Amino acid sequence: MASTPEKDAVSGRETTGHEWDGIRELNTPLPRWWLYSFYACIAFAALWVVLYPALPFSTGLTGWTARGSIGEELARHAAEQEPRLAAIREATLEEIRSEPALRAYAMAGGRVAFGNNCAACHGAGGQGAPGGFPSLADDDWLWGGSLSAIEATIRHGIRTPEDDQARTSMMPRFLADGMLKASQVNDVAEHVLDLSGRATDRAAAARGAALFAENCAACHGDRGTGNREMGAPNLADQVWLYGGDKRAIVQSIAYARVGVMPAWGQRLDTAVIKMLAVYVHALGGGEAE
Amino acid sequence: MFKKFSHALIEKNLILMGVLSLITVSIGGLVQIVPLFAVETTIERVEGIRPYTPLELAGRDIYVREGCYTCHSQMIRPFRDEAERYGHYSLAAESLYDHPFQWGSKRTGPDLARVGGRYSDDWHSAHLRSPRDLVPESVMPPYAFLDRPLDYRDIAAALRGQRAVGVPYTDAMIANAAADLEAQARPEMDPAGFAGRYANARQSAFDGDGRTVTEMDALVAYLQMLGTLVRFGDVTPERVRQQ
Repeated sequence: MASTPEKDAVSGRETTGHEWDGIRELNTPLPRWWLYSFYACIAFAALWVVLYPALPFSTGLTGWTARGSIGEELARHAAEQEPRLAAIREATLEEIRSEPALRAYAMAGGRVAFGNNCAACHGAGGQGAPGGFPSLADDDWLWGGSLSAIEATIRHGIRTPEDDQARTSMMPRFLADGMLKASQVNDVAEHVLDLSGRATDRAAAARGAALFAENCAACHGDRGTGNREMGAPNLADQVWLYGGDKRAIVQSIAYARVGVMPAWGQRLDTAVIKMLAVYVHALGGGEAE
Repeated sequence: MFKKFSHALIEKNLILMGVLSLITVSIGGLVQIVPLFAVETTIERVEGIRPYTPLELAGRDIYVREGCYTCHSQMIRPFRDEAERYGHYSLAAESLYDHPFQWGSKRTGPDLARVGGRYSDDWHSAHLRSPRDLVPESVMPPYAFLDRPLDYRDIAAALRGQRAVGVPYTDAMIANAAADLEAQARPEMDPAGFAGRYANARQSAFDGDGRTVTEMDALVAYLQMLGTLVRFGDVTPERVRQQ
């Protein structure tokens, strides 16, 4: 292997001087643009290490941090929104509902907050889901459908242990706690079916009526129309939170239902809660105060 | 100047070649190793972080077993869009007792770093049993089979294993592991000893049935504590800044 560079006769370019069995290798250096880009990248990396927090023991000359950066960004956007949010905070729910500018802002903000926080349980359109996730788009309310009632429910939640103002009531587990026998549970269930005109066993329904008056009427009302003070649902209509067939009703009486809703006052800003209240009120079932 | 330099000089001198190779490899190694000498400075101490309760730890094992991390991350990055949707960005301290951590790198489903307390226990168990009943557009598989009894015979050993890799479980925690696990899943049991060992741990019949401890209980207990230990009202970037 010779190592004397020389001109190649055919191409006129330099060879590397390497030769194998008479074959010589042309010397083709890296293109200049590539080489200088490479050096520029090295210089850029060195500069980066000096300016930014690239090493554990240095914070960088600029003092930049991801946390500082997001803090500034959040503060800037909060400042931009603050005048409108402050107006929402100061206005009453009724003012927000009736003044077009406030209402437009609250409906847009409420829609976003609803999608992020409420839709998982109550559905994207507030339609609810079977199994204890009530519809917010109809006029059947457990704890009240006025603006202030909706706001209180959102803020303090339902049966939330962390909030002592949460809406709370506890239905007894009539079978599990030995308050009714299995046959009596059946009779009460027939009576509950009868309240919405669907009894299958008249005699059982008649027996159940007395038991209902004794055990259930205090919360659900004499005619089963419910009581919003206690979140006791209306049993005489066709809207069912946990299913309205006999099997589901027996399950409800025997083991009770204790639905829980988080207290959003601990997670969301007052303005967001008010926007949500106005939004939910407008989903279809909002009531006057 | 570049033209004067020739590799022939190095290639023909074995000692020089060896020394220069050693220097090159050493630089590569040092760049990776030296920063680790300062690793202590990257650990932030944040109030409220505690080891997982035995039930949460069992739930976490199910989370890993079922591969939840392949579709769900537990890492809220410091970007505004993430903060608006999920809440405060994740702190390193929140993964302090994770072996292994569950940061994940894929979000087919949403991030779960702050899912705790956001929905009710009922929602979690109903959603795990049949996700599309509650979220019609979901592509999550159903996990109704988790309603089977949890096998926690080796829970004390699991805690000991965690202690071996640095989680500060006390002797009392390990001795009472099985009892604490049952106490958390059965709201009617006396919470005194359990609550004394684990702050901010909630007792509940997580799957809606307080009679048997199921895998559903464990997984829901784990999901419901995610992101709930740090009170972000008290935490500012300055207070968690690394020393």
